[in-house]
Amino acid sequence: MSPERRTAAALADALAAGEATSVEVTQAHLDRIDEVDGALHAFLHVDAEGALRDAAASDARRAAGESWGPLDGIPIAVKDVMATRGLPTTCGSRILAGWVPPYDATVVARLRAGGLPIVGKTNMDEFAMGSSTEHSAWGPTHNPWDLARIPGGSGGGSAAAVASYEAPLAIGTDTGGSIRQPGAVTGTVGVKPTYGGVSRYGLVALANSLDQAGPVTRTVLDAALLHEVIGGHDPLDSTSIEQPLPALVEAARRGADGDLTGVRVGVVKELGGEGYQAGVLARFEESVELMTKAGAEVVEVSCPSFVHALATYYLILPAEASSNLARFDAMRYGLRVTPDVAENGAGPSAEDVMRATREAGFGDEVKRRIILGTYALSSGYYDAYYGQAQKVRTLVTRDFAAAFGHADVLVSPTAPTTAFKIGEKVDDPLAMYLNDLATIPANLSGVPGISIPSGLADEDGLPAGVQILAPAMADDRVYRVGAALESLLAAEWGGALLDQAPPLVEEGGLRRSRDHGGEG
Amino acid sequence: MTDTLLSYDDVLAQFDPALGLEVHVELNTATKMFCGCSTTFGADPNTQVCPTCLGLPGSLPVVNAKAVESAIRIGLALNCEIAEWCRFARKNYFYPDMPKNFQTSQYDEPIAFNGWMDVEVEGTTYRVGIERAHMEEDTGKSTHIGTTGRIHGADYSLVDYNRAGIPLIEIVTKPVLGTGAKAPEVARAYVGQLRALLLGLGVSDVRMEQGSLRCDVNLSLAPRGSGTLGIRTETKNVNSLRSVERATRYEMQRHAAILADGGKVLQETRHWHEDTGVTTSGREKSDAEDYRYFPEPDLVPMAPGREWVEQLRAELPEPPHERRARLQAEWGFSDLEMRDTVGAGALGLVEETIAAGTSPQTARKWWLGELARRANESETELADLGVTPGDVARVQALVDEGSLNDKLARQVFDGLLDGEGTPDEIVAARGLAIVSDEGALSAAVDHAIAANPEVADKIRDGKVAAAGALIGAVMKEMRGQADANRVRELVLERLT
Repeated sequence: MSPERRTAAALADALAAGEATSVEVTQAHLDRIDEVDGALHAFLHVDAEGALRDAAASDARRAAGESWGPLDGIPIAVKDVMATRGLPTTCGSRILAGWVPPYDATVVARLRAGGLPIVGKTNMDEFAMGSSTEHSAWGPTHNPWDLARIPGGSGGGSAAAVASYEAPLAIGTDTGGSIRQPGAVTGTVGVKPTYGGVSRYGLVALANSLDQAGPVTRTVLDAALLHEVIGGHDPLDSTSIEQPLPALVEAARRGADGDLTGVRVGVVKELGGEGYQAGVLARFEESVELMTKAGAEVVEVSCPSFVHALATYYLILPAEASSNLARFDAMRYGLRVTPDVAENGAGPSAEDVMRATREAGFGDEVKRRIILGTYALSSGYYDAYYGQAQKVRTLVTRDFAAAFGHADVLVSPTAPTTAFKIGEKVDDPLAMYLNDLATIPANLSGVPGISIPSGLADEDGLPAGVQILAPAMADDRVYRVGAALESLLAAEWGGALLDQAPPLVEEGGLRRSRDHGGEG
Repeated sequence: MTDTLLSYDDVLAQFDPALGLEVHVELNTATKMFCGCSTTFGADPNTQVCPTCLGLPGSLPVVNAKAVESAIRIGLALNCEIAEWCRFARKNYFYPDMPKNFQTSQYDEPIAFNGWMDVEVEGTTYRVGIERAHMEEDTGKSTHIGTTGRIHGADYSLVDYNRAGIPLIEIVTKPVLGTGAKAPEVARAYVGQLRALLLGLGVSDVRMEQGSLRCDVNLSLAPRGSGTLGIRTETKNVNSLRSVERATRYEMQRHAAILADGGKVLQETRHWHEDTGVTTSGREKSDAEDYRYFPEPDLVPMAPGREWVEQLRAELPEPPHERRARLQAEWGFSDLEMRDTVGAGALGLVEETIAAGTSPQTARKWWLGELARRANESETELADLGVTPGDVARVQALVDEGSLNDKLARQVFDGLLDGEGTPDEIVAARGLAIVSDEGALSAAVDHAIAANPEVADKIRDGKVAAAGALIGAVMKEMRGQADANRVRELVLERLT
């Protein structure tokens, strides 16, 4: 099997056994990027030189009998929202065009300390605002299953890169589903860790109280391996949890036997039914059925406040975002637009420059949310909007607590639909927001969640995902149950779901979009 | 534009002033409020910065525990309650010297609240209520290049972010009422005594000229006896104790002229101009300014442990007013003597001199007499003269044992000011010790009697008061190094 088809765990074994070198593995992925990224646009920046340099260093270490950890030498892609010293970081926004951070995010520093060569920065909705990656200032990313369709968002670039074998591993960030929903619609695995489990230092904030970085991979075990590299307490992040991570790799390995005897699985009544695509629901029900057969005790649980989660989210997120994005004012870094102000001969003031830069530098969705957030925090409206939203947030947390009294994990479809067509919802923000219906409650409450592929929907033959949620700090449970369901499904399918994806490259060059000949 | 002012007497005849003082104190922690950057004053621009205090995308704040401790100590010293649970909040507004375009501050959950400080002005004590003391970060410093010196009309502006993120405590008083004519003095005394309190706590350099203590004066007038509050102005840039008093008085007179004319005071920020002694209009401050406060999501709430708070309370230095009362009683000073001692900044010096063995009145006499005169002449503070309490105590000890008289002692102080060494070294080097050789003294007395026969006769006739002239002659011959009392005895022995 060519290196880029193998999982990170398999590559790590190959490197350890001396059957491959990091330079070979990294070069294979860079070649794959060269081959397919013109059609996908998963990457905003590729750092071949830096990745190969780090790969060579890894090989030298290994030759000297040293290793920086289980993923030393395994290449990785990083969402463009993480600060990377010396590598451009734009967050998918024109306003950060050309910005090269002078520092590494803690997650990035840990990747470097773990010996993982960074192949590049992946595309995303501008400042992580979106569910389709169409809101990137640098153009959309395409879904490897169907180039006419969206790869989910905001982390569509990371998911598409992993799904198309451009990288075995990627870093995503999940504020309302931006790791899990792209995972669902690209047939990959995405984990949103417990809030505070992975440092946010260097993650350019969308909504500070919701953001969490996590692994984007093709298998549950790979996600656990990556999670252990990036997770754990960071003194630079006050909201970082001090306790050590649970044993995640161990949980993933244990779950791989497919045995769920004694595990209580709660099906959340409010996360399903109306608004969910039939094929998505069918695959979800099959997954629940498989878990039951594997010994799980399946119960239905009700979380009544979840119906208000979306509305709550769209008050808290814009409020925090409107404040976070205030710093983009052309004074210190990023884009600067200097307007002509000819009246009375005076040059433009600082305010004129700020205004013109923000007008030119932010996209429509970003402006929409800044305005929403500014309004929600305004004097006289705070209590009715932001204050009220925080109360509902408490109710969501109480619902989770009650549900976890009856179940060890909760399950639901990850996203209500499969991948929709590029352009289909871009002018309908409310329809776009509905994509995160099932993923948002976990962010509001800080609990961990994983999305794994549940199969292909009958209507369109596109991947759907199942989401598994666990109580805060019990990330090991999502790995154990996720790995079990993954192996049960693989047995049904006779292999990984991604094996069923149409090849991106056929004889004579890149495959064209199924529906739109012009794409790609 | 010149403001119309009402005479101060007319102001008081018609209006009651209400004061409100907001003091920003830069803490003297080694590092900034939310990052590890140095706080040293005077470094080259933008050399004490990092991703966090520059507000770079992705950076996060971490609270400086020492700053929290200082905030709690200040709160306790101001008789405040200390919050059992409190948070930081974001104050959102755009300004180029604010890296994130929000200031991390505290809003409705300050760490300390509801306290008081007693302020003494000319023997009357005014209790100033403390509304709150909260933590926040400083902004960067803008320098506007151009004729106006202000952002409007500047050719360009320079920003130094070294100051951005330095820990600040903002101390806000409740409205201070009932001060009448003394409002300007009370304002000044409050800031002065607050400064002394902070100095005693060791939490800040409190240098007004360097901006490590900054004061905004809020003032309003209400018709006399109405019991209401008028429309206030907030005067900024008040950077000395004298300015606090002058700016308060100026605003009282300016408000009064507007109100007496039937006008309405504009609620606004004013700028104080030290050189011209006037305030001018700043940006209009209205209810339209909305800071959109919300709890800082990057910082977890703080819950200072009660044991810790009580430990900090137990370790507080004695409050200045209690210390003054105790020392006054111990020393037996009159109110006037005490006020002069405090006013001269000599309280600690006198205390240490007494501790070194000098009597209270004598210690006071040296510091507020001889040494205060010399400090005045050289325009320095007493504490900076170069004379220590130990020196003063030693000089007085030499006087007490008869080795020096007051006149010789003053020459020892000359030596001390000139840096000639310890009092004993100076006495030896300058040969200042009193001559106790009876032979030399007797000879000098005999010379004096022989040289002044008319005076000697007067004394023989019973006019003992004339002895002064002979004593003077002896002292002159002895170059002052004689005990005047012994000389008198010797003169009288011979002539009566």
